[in-house]
Amino acid sequence: MFQQTSYSDQLTFFQKVRSFDYILLICIILIGFISAFSMYSTDGGQLLYHSKSHIIRLIVFFTMMIFLSFLNIRFWHATGYLFYVIVLGLLIWASLYGVTASGSQRWINLYFINLQPSELMKIAIILFYAKFYHRMQANSVNNFSNLLIPFAILVVPILLVASQPDLGTSILIALSGLIVLWLAGLHLRYFVYSLLAFFVSMPFIISFLEPYQKLRVLTFFNPERDPLGAGYQIIQSKIAVGSGGFTGKGFLKGTQSYLEFLPEKHTDFIFTLFSEEHGFTGSVILLLVYAVMVFRIIRIGSIVRSFFAKLFCYSFASAIFIYITVNMSMVLGLLPIVGSPLPIMSYGGSSMLATMIGFSVVMSSKIYHRQVIS
Amino acid sequence: MFEGGDSTFKKLNTINRRMFIISAAKAVVFTGIVARLFSLQINENKKYLTLSDKNRLREWRLPPVRGQFFDYFGNVIAGNLKVYQLHVVPEQVENFKYLMLRLKDILELNDKQFSKIIKKKNSQKPWETLIISENLNWDQFSKINFYLHELVGAKPVLSVARSYPFKKNFTHVLGYVAQASENDLILNETIKKNHVPGLRVGKIGLEKTFENDLLGTNGIQRYEVNAYGKRINQLDHKEGEKGKNIRLTLDTEVQKLSNELLAEKSGSISVMDIYTGEIIAMHSSPSFDPNLFLYGISTKDWKEIREDPLKPLINKTVSGLYSPGSTIKPLVALSALENDVISPNQKVYCNGKMEMYGHTYHCWKEKGHGTMNLRNAIKQSCDIYFYETARKLGVDRLNLTAFKFGLGNTVLNGILANEKKGLVPSTKWKKENLGVGWVLGETLITGIGQGYIQTTPLQLCLMTAQLANGGFKIYPRITVDKNQESLANIKYKMAQNAYKGKEKKYSSPIRKVEELLNIGNKKYLPLYRNSENVKFVLESMYASTNEVMGTSYGSRIDDPKYRFAGKTGTAQVKKITEKARELDLHISQIPYEERDHALYIAYGPYKNPRYAVSIIVEHGGSGSTTAAPIAKKLFKLIIDRHELREKIQNQDLIKI
Repeated sequence: MFQQTSYSDQLTFFQKVRSFDYILLICIILIGFISAFSMYSTDGGQLLYHSKSHIIRLIVFFTMMIFLSFLNIRFWHATGYLFYVIVLGLLIWASLYGVTASGSQRWINLYFINLQPSELMKIAIILFYAKFYHRMQANSVNNFSNLLIPFAILVVPILLVASQPDLGTSILIALSGLIVLWLAGLHLRYFVYSLLAFFVSMPFIISFLEPYQKLRVLTFFNPERDPLGAGYQIIQSKIAVGSGGFTGKGFLKGTQSYLEFLPEKHTDFIFTLFSEEHGFTGSVILLLVYAVMVFRIIRIGSIVRSFFAKLFCYSFASAIFIYITVNMSMVLGLLPIVGSPLPIMSYGGSSMLATMIGFSVVMSSKIYHRQVIS
Repeated sequence: MFEGGDSTFKKLNTINRRMFIISAAKAVVFTGIVARLFSLQINENKKYLTLSDKNRLREWRLPPVRGQFFDYFGNVIAGNLKVYQLHVVPEQVENFKYLMLRLKDILELNDKQFSKIIKKKNSQKPWETLIISENLNWDQFSKINFYLHELVGAKPVLSVARSYPFKKNFTHVLGYVAQASENDLILNETIKKNHVPGLRVGKIGLEKTFENDLLGTNGIQRYEVNAYGKRINQLDHKEGEKGKNIRLTLDTEVQKLSNELLAEKSGSISVMDIYTGEIIAMHSSPSFDPNLFLYGISTKDWKEIREDPLKPLINKTVSGLYSPGSTIKPLVALSALENDVISPNQKVYCNGKMEMYGHTYHCWKEKGHGTMNLRNAIKQSCDIYFYETARKLGVDRLNLTAFKFGLGNTVLNGILANEKKGLVPSTKWKKENLGVGWVLGETLITGIGQGYIQTTPLQLCLMTAQLANGGFKIYPRITVDKNQESLANIKYKMAQNAYKGKEKKYSSPIRKVEELLNIGNKKYLPLYRNSENVKFVLESMYASTNEVMGTSYGSRIDDPKYRFAGKTGTAQVKKITEKARELDLHISQIPYEERDHALYIAYGPYKNPRYAVSIIVEHGGSGSTTAAPIAKKLFKLIIDRHELREKIQNQDLIKI
């Protein structure tokens, strides 16, 4: 062990740089560029507020990601619980003293950025679980006593986020948490049981839903029910994507978004805008880049030595995958509209920060893939 | 490695196995998303492209420019006037309430007008133009422009509106336009197709009849709009087609004189070309100013027009029904001659009244005319002579002649909506409609144009025209027809038809073949059996105006250029009682409603007649004192204008 630890420590700077995962890096840069241009388009072809701050964030967070990548993977292992506790603290802080916008109290004003702790929680939960299961024996994973802590770890932030209220993010946190649990080797029956419990408690949950959330679910099943009201977003988004055709309407020529038919085009509906302007071809290319990214992370996960890094990579790849598919399915009218950003593409500092932190953990896993954590 | 062993192996095994399952699932989901993209962007691309265009494009339809009316000489009689309007598009106004209050102040709107505008605003879409004022006067317009920088969203606009420069002169012919009603939209597809808020459409008269020609089509401005309907930029501008211009046969000068001559009176004047059938003037009095209706007539003005006892809303020329009185006598005489019932030399002694069927029938001249022949009877309008003639003729034969000459039927074929047919009685008609048999006494009074018989002034004019042209059928019209036959052509056809009529007596097989070949030439047919009879009647009318003792001798013109021939008529409105007959009241002593209608029909110039005139003055007293003098003034102008009209007709000078 000592030998191996020293091996890693002995890595020279150039060795580290050389063992960077360039495929992943290229994917991130590609998506970064695409997102910058898309944001430029949402501003009507001008460098205005949204595009400017998005590009600044991209540069800042990307640089930060590169620097963090050089941290030994042991650092992430060591700070896994702490990270979770800090984010949970921020989450509670946001619930108590947070900034309220559009009827939801989910931001903390840090002056240079409005931090949304719930986004960070997406990463924190994976880190926590990765550390939690790293040392655990395969037999004891399914011990009842060992189920209680992960359950509490997952449910507390979910409830906090859901009460903000932010249904979308809480669902995404839950999904990424469940993925880690599944990968960690939790018995399938627990998932089946909780799924059953979920369905049984469904009516009870629905009674707790805000009216606008109920409306969204109803609208999903029949968007034409109220074309100018709740169904408006889905219909307009479908029109935008559908009218894009094979090659799209051309950069800066998406009439749907340019003429403000698209709601929330900087954030959740950024893919709609991209798809309208660049058509089927562009969308498939973007999707491919994302796919390469996801499978590359999985590939990194498969070569790392430590279980912590492996579990993190697998889970993070799956989480990213879930964010992408949920967002795309939503704008394509396959899922109800829940607030879920498209990683890197969507406007939003916290989401990008969380994603970039995730990437740097993955990068660090790659650089220190031989690193064993005791 | 020290963390080896079973447990680690098992853990890795599980995680790799499960990751594989998840990866496979990922591939499936990604494929699903690609499939969805394919279905939206490739399969249903057309559908969504259409929807997207529908989203972003919006058309604004501009009001069509209405066609104009011209008189025969090319003067505009219903035109388009430039007006200043004030438009507001509510969605482009930041503070609508403030703007409205400012405008109320500047335009000095009263509360009623103000609330009307607010009501209108609430009933339309926010991006639709709200017309605050349709006709700003210069004062308001300059004031608006002065304050314009404070009135964000208010747009002074130059627009076109109907105007009738000759005001009340053409009202009954042209009618008027007003804002299209729900009903207009339901009944007329063309209006519905071209409708924009504030569109004016014809409500009555020729404006209504020719609506589809006059209306024109919308101009279209196509804009790209954003999700809030705000115009982003104009993509396309299509000029609308202007409505067709329509040239009428009317002569503004004659029309104006008609107005003056009937000023303060209730009645009608019609003037017609006896060959082409062109109506030179057509006036119903009293009239009103159609411009009042353009922006919604005020209650006070409307009440004044509606409650006027002289009934200005009725076009008396085509809708007024009058007993023709003695103006029917030339026709009765013609009918009797044509049917060989009497000869011109037939003598009847008139002593002022006659007893028949247990009734006493009076002549208008109490003392009687003495012994009369037909010419004198027409000239002096002897009633007794015509009682006798009618008795011999019978109402049914008179009925046929009257129909031939244009009574009992519409003259303009429905060009004016409420044109009346009038009534020429027959025994059959009475049996069918009143269920009672014809009484012989009724024949007598029909012979002097009283009783059931009812005619419109325009019918009398047509009758006169068809007598004056020698007894040929003509085709009255009020719009200028490009294919109108020339006068020479018409005269030639008439002569040809007259000749053929004569030839018939000696018809040969060749003649019959010729006739068959000539089937198309059915126009301008003679309405008589013997042209001498028509000539005789016309000559008698000449005597009536131009010979001493003639009923309209006082209104004659000696100058042969203007000399005309006519027949007076005095139609009783109320049966004269024996008592009243004894009193022999002066007209001023009889209440207005019971006074006789004064009528006059005439043609001129006597040599080579060209125009026919009919005049009716309601409750005007006798035809010779009230109606005939009007004809005298009228003929002077008509003949004076003749040369100019002829010139235009021959050289086709007017292009509209």
